[in-house]
Amino acid sequence: MTAVSAFFYRKPKLRLGFLLSAPLLWLGLAYLGALAALFVTAFWHTDAFTGQVVVEWSLDNFKTLFTDAVYRTITFRTVGIAALVTVIDAVVAFPMAYAMAKLASPRAQRILVIAVMTPLWASYLVKAYAWRSMLSGNGALSWLSPGYGVTATIITLSYLWLPYMILPIYAGLDRLPDSLVDASGDLGARSLRTFRSVILPLTFPAIVAGSIFTFSLSLGDYIAVKIVGGTSQMLGNVVYDNIGAANNLPFAATVATVPVVIMLVYLAAVRRTGALDNL
Amino acid sequence: MRTSRALLWTALGLGLAVIYFPLVVVLLNSFNADTTFGFPPTRFTLEWWSRATSNEGALHALWTSVQAGLAATAIALVLGTMAAFALQRYRFFGRNPVSLLIILPIALPGIVTGIALNNAFRTILGIDLGLLTAIIAHATFCIVVVFNNVVARLRRMGGNLEEASMDLGATGFTTFRLVTFPMLRSALLAGGLLAFALSFDEIIVTTFTLGTGMETLPIWIYNNLFRPNQAPVVNVVAAVLVVASTVPVYLAQRLSGDTASGGRL
Repeated sequence: MTAVSAFFYRKPKLRLGFLLSAPLLWLGLAYLGALAALFVTAFWHTDAFTGQVVVEWSLDNFKTLFTDAVYRTITFRTVGIAALVTVIDAVVAFPMAYAMAKLASPRAQRILVIAVMTPLWASYLVKAYAWRSMLSGNGALSWLSPGYGVTATIITLSYLWLPYMILPIYAGLDRLPDSLVDASGDLGARSLRTFRSVILPLTFPAIVAGSIFTFSLSLGDYIAVKIVGGTSQMLGNVVYDNIGAANNLPFAATVATVPVVIMLVYLAAVRRTGALDNL
Repeated sequence: MRTSRALLWTALGLGLAVIYFPLVVVLLNSFNADTTFGFPPTRFTLEWWSRATSNEGALHALWTSVQAGLAATAIALVLGTMAAFALQRYRFFGRNPVSLLIILPIALPGIVTGIALNNAFRTILGIDLGLLTAIIAHATFCIVVVFNNVVARLRRMGGNLEEASMDLGATGFTTFRLVTFPMLRSALLAGGLLAFALSFDEIIVTTFTLGTGMETLPIWIYNNLFRPNQAPVVNVVAAVLVVASTVPVYLAQRLSGDTASGGRL
């Protein structure tokens, strides 16, 4: 035992290799491998009669995705909804996070963090279901949305992901020294000017960090859409329907590459803001 | 200045009210004597609760959820802790990509993780979906929760005590057993609780990786959501899910104030 321990102590590289081996095998091989396989499958197709996957390379699935008006509409609708949900959440979350981080006492801060965090973990499905009944014809909030559809989807998704925006912004504001805000005031800046020139630039990475979650979660959602979306579909629904009812896994894979590419482009674009260190 | 403070407090109060309103509606409704979802309820009853406790489908789903959650949490605890030590204690080539890789399963939409694993299991590996495949999938996105909690703790505790232990002649194993592990214990417990809660609530990835005919609690709710005669029992299970998922979060926050979000972000 002692000899093994001493051997490992003298070889930090070996220790690092040991520590990394299992997580890397799991995530690197299993997860990245699965993602790579998904991308490969997107170029295959299914046999029209047997429904079996045929390993034959073609760009047909991508051609359908880009040329078929239905899928184009759904893609634009999905990205639009995800962007709008992100903006709504950022606008709603910022004042809430600001009150938590800058106005509340340390004791109240702890309580408020728990108060915001707890619903984040409460069942996703239950929350979506609650919105379905609240937005229904005789529901308490039916005036918010004309029946089920895009508006109801945006409201529900904004509600579901709001805590994901509040918490990173809260953490960002918590790190922002009060003295900077005070200094700006001492130099004669009014509240709005201080917000625009001091607070916003310094908390921007935190907002972007929050947006990664609100945007990504909205891009891939299909359950909330099924519950409150009425007839309007999002990309997730197309993926789901092609795996289940249509049994066309290759096409589902093709459609699923769209949110992946969008997210990877988004992650690459926001890397320089330092948002990824705020996750 | 005073008006802007008042406005900010109002925004926070209103926001929290909006966040909690639907949850209160769900809780109240599980006691609602009417079978239709109305607000506010006029008469209350405990009948649905007693009926739910004898509902075979729901109980079976609960058991599947617990099994999947416990197994996924166990795997995530081991892998997440190993990764946390590697990334917090060492500087190496490829460190940033590795940390991105740990975040990826929750940074990408759930449906992508779900279909990627579904495709890998069925088409590539030729494995039938079952409880095991769901556990593998859950563990993949639970790793990040444990990882974030342990990293935050490691960062806070530094390395001085471990060095002191080694200086006093303890071996690496002894130091880990008597110094490092006791200091990590509450972070591991918090990470484990949150990983379990995350697994317990997950529906999208589960839909794609659990075998046919099997149900976790969220999938059971989903399958019964649009059946009117099941509505009262669904309301009770929903209420249970709301309450059950808040307990680990509260406990985890008490155990470790390390991360604002409990490590899910």
